[in-house]
Amino acid sequence: MIAEALIVSALLFAIGVIGVLTRRNAIILFMCVELMLNAVNLSFVALAKLHGVAGHVFVIMVMTIAAAEAAVGLAIVISVFRHFGSVDLSALRLLRDG
Amino acid sequence: MNGFYDFQFYLFSLMAVVSALLFVTRRNPVPAALWLVNVMFALSGLYVMLDAPFVGVIQVLVYAGAIMVVFVFVVMLLNLGRAEISDLRGLAARLGAGIVGLALVANLLVLLRSRPPRAESAPAIDNVVTDVAASLFTDYLVAFELTSVVLLVAVVGAVLLAKKRVTS
Repeated sequence: MIAEALIVSALLFAIGVIGVLTRRNAIILFMCVELMLNAVNLSFVALAKLHGVAGHVFVIMVMTIAAAEAAVGLAIVISVFRHFGSVDLSALRLLRDG
Repeated sequence: MNGFYDFQFYLFSLMAVVSALLFVTRRNPVPAALWLVNVMFALSGLYVMLDAPFVGVIQVLVYAGAIMVVFVFVVMLLNLGRAEISDLRGLAARLGAGIVGLALVANLLVLLRSRPPRAESAPAIDNVVTDVAASLFTDYLVAFELTSVVLLVAVVGAVLLAKKRVTS
């Protein structure tokens, strides 16, 4: 079952990368990052069957950091929305030339 | 490995991947968030099947229960969701949802009837929580304590970033 779990993990990670590359909504972008973190968690748990319980500890750490990242990231999204009136990432073009 | 275990594993894997695909293709943020919650529930089922019941519970509590609520809350706060009737339009989608639901109920009934044998490569699943706790509070104690500092900084930063500027 470990190989299958790793394949599922790779698929979920790839879907998350596709979302990050194609979507322009900042909130959905954050959700895609969460999906990628979940995919990595799945491979940690699958490999913990081979290499002992440390994988579970890593997963707990990743979840905590994901919670912190979601809080700060969404605060930034709110701030961006106040400033630009939209969460469309293509609207953020202050640094673009012309 | 018995067939029931395999069937269950593939069912949850399929649910996770299909829900992730639907999540990426949704235009509206609210259905996307709900499909992502579905992915997380399927993943927590996979965690339990991979001998990590504690991580599965934490997945439901923290990811599906807390983080996604924050996402939906921000969508609501910024008024980004559009009112649509339902994500499941058409007969085929309703039929698929019904089949998945029936399969899950059948799984539950089979589990209630019989105690399925465990995977053979699971030596000491019963005290896996004890092992995780022992590892977390001895080997990784420094990382654990630093995590609390990270959470504190994140809370302060989130409040600071999201509060309205008061012009004095």
